[in-house]
Amino acid sequence: MGREMTNQKPQSEMSYTVEQLVSVNPYNPDILPDLENYVNEQVSSQTYSSNANLCLLRLYQFEPERMSTQIVARILIKALMAMPAPDFSLCLFLIPERVQMEDQFKTLIVLSHYLETARFRQFWDEAAKSRHILEVVPGFEQAIQAYAIHVLSITYQKVPRSVLAEATNIEGLVLDKFIEHHITNSGWAIEKNQNKGQLIIFPHNEFNNPELKKSAADGIPLENITRILPILG
Amino acid sequence: MAGTAPYDSEQPHGDSASGYDPNYVPDSVKSFVVHMYRQIREKNVYEIHQMYETSFQSISDRFFKDAPWPSVDAVATYVDNDHVFCLLYREMWFRHLYARLSPTLKQRIDSWDNYCNLFQVVLHGVVNMQLPNQWLWDMVDEFVYQFQSFCQYRAKMKNKTEQEIALLRQYDQAWNVYGVLNYLQALVEKSSIIQILEQEKEGLEQFTATDGYDYSGGSNVLKVLGYFSMIGLLRVHCLLGDYHTGLKCILPIDISQQGVYTSVIGSHITTIYHYGFANLMLRRYTEAIREFNKILLYIFKTKQYHQKSPQYEQILKKNEQMYALLAVTLSLCPQLKLVEETVNSQLREKYGEKMLRMQRYDDEAFALYDELFSYACPKFITPSASSYEEPLVNYNQDAYRLQLKLFLYEVKQQQLLSGIRTFLNVYSTISIAKLASYVEVDEDTLRTILMTYKHKMHSVDSDGKIISNMDTNFYIDDEMVHVVESKAPKKYGDYFMRQIVKLEGIMSDIDRVKLE
Repeated sequence: MGREMTNQKPQSEMSYTVEQLVSVNPYNPDILPDLENYVNEQVSSQTYSSNANLCLLRLYQFEPERMSTQIVARILIKALMAMPAPDFSLCLFLIPERVQMEDQFKTLIVLSHYLETARFRQFWDEAAKSRHILEVVPGFEQAIQAYAIHVLSITYQKVPRSVLAEATNIEGLVLDKFIEHHITNSGWAIEKNQNKGQLIIFPHNEFNNPELKKSAADGIPLENITRILPILG
Repeated sequence: MAGTAPYDSEQPHGDSASGYDPNYVPDSVKSFVVHMYRQIREKNVYEIHQMYETSFQSISDRFFKDAPWPSVDAVATYVDNDHVFCLLYREMWFRHLYARLSPTLKQRIDSWDNYCNLFQVVLHGVVNMQLPNQWLWDMVDEFVYQFQSFCQYRAKMKNKTEQEIALLRQYDQAWNVYGVLNYLQALVEKSSIIQILEQEKEGLEQFTATDGYDYSGGSNVLKVLGYFSMIGLLRVHCLLGDYHTGLKCILPIDISQQGVYTSVIGSHITTIYHYGFANLMLRRYTEAIREFNKILLYIFKTKQYHQKSPQYEQILKKNEQMYALLAVTLSLCPQLKLVEETVNSQLREKYGEKMLRMQRYDDEAFALYDELFSYACPKFITPSASSYEEPLVNYNQDAYRLQLKLFLYEVKQQQLLSGIRTFLNVYSTISIAKLASYVEVDEDTLRTILMTYKHKMHSVDSDGKIISNMDTNFYIDDEMVHVVESKAPKKYGDYFMRQIVKLEGIMSDIDRVKLE
């Protein structure tokens, strides 16, 4: 999740140039092919640039005859992977309604709807049926799992294993390994609840533990006390 | 090039053609241009402002209520045929036309030409004037407005004549979206306004302190046009539905402070209106509420001073629209403590009833969300030209319909949250099972609703940080929901202190009373 997902590779030559183009000369019909190539590079190198993709959608808006629905579909899948950022909505605002009515986009919108309303079970069911659309973008599953964990960790201090399983679409031994990994790397812990099921404990943050956010305790500055010392004395 | 506009472009549209002589220059116009020209040459900004704001208006009201001003050719002789003055005059000429009459297609195209010429002169850095900020703001504002108006006009293809279609095809560069955006961008870049604002923070530049005016003999025109163009870009991007980029364009302006954008009320309101709207569409509800609250309070306190100004009607209109937007935002995210008392009471008066109904999320509620959004939203545009092929249809509502549809879709996704909110305001802890039975859903569904609540009430800011918009906060511990009030902790210590001092005061007063 997050705006810029970069893996360990250094930024490629192409991405550097394209980012420059987008920030210096974005309203330029000639950069359209570069932006399209950049989308494909984001897909293959598992990186992400929302600015560049929005720029491309804008150019498609200005010149609808040049729109490539294949590229738009990839942009939307990448945007889904950026959740909880609202990138998917941002993209839809720029795509004409009649294009959004096409089947593959209707599917993506349904998938987004399930994720926006935390209906993870329905999401994974639908995603399985739409594998042919989604498999073009590597890293999709992991990105959605990261989003699922994000939502769980801002909602729960302790979450039952079954809820985690449904949200991440992992079960059994794979889930055990997954939980192990996060215990080591993300500060998770486990305990048993009263039904002898497993509970996963997330580290406290300001969202699942609002007390952490409370302003300073009910303290009184010393000068104020001096006002009443004569009275108390 | 300014003086060579085709004669026929300055014919007024429709009935008022009778009696309009573009070459007739009343005395008041003659003395107006002569004086304005001199004031501009002498850089008397205050006088220029008076003439621009007051004299132009009163002459318009007296002589040109529904006719254009005299043609630029007719007045050019009185101002030494000064090229730049003629461009400025024509800009005012077209602005008056758009305000009082309906421009023809040819007039729209000529106005575009004039803006191109004017901006090119400014971009070449050869302009040596100081103009009032009001005028410079109006130029950018009008430029974007005429672009919006052109897109709306162009999209109404159904009743276009063959002549109009031929003209549209021939002059496809006029009000082309690339042209509009690139001029605004060029003004921002050439003026180096972003660097100036950066350096100002470190005390290396003076800009805001002088309201953008140049007190060392130079010109303020390019710098201030560059500054206002950032707001112009915000507006254009909102019209296109690109809220993220719009907000990026005004990032260099610190809206938590006064600035050149507050020096002109029109620019202040336009900035905050679009900023707030963009934040609403990005689900950054608390940010939108804060800014709407601030500007509505400001307008409440200061609108009396603008009663005589030509912008008064626009100020009132935007005021009403922002109350509608605030009503919508608060219905989605009830953070009433962020709203100041005066604003809150105005809001109750205008939308109290409707807000209650919107929070029920039934069919009537959606109709109300639709109504308020449609009333208050920007006039979205389709930036591309039609293909001019049969059948010719009107597509001027397409952009608006898309934004409305997506907004209502978002509202629908939040439909179930309001019911939960009611219970969270009552309980401090409640089990999943019990809450599910109250809300009449099964436990799994309740869990998804609670997660939706959390997701929808947390937004992601431009740096990728998660920001909470939660009013009533909660977390789940296995099977239990724990509600955490986000009220400020009661300051008991403070309270006791005040009471101690008060009591002491009363006791010493009593001591002083002599019994008769």
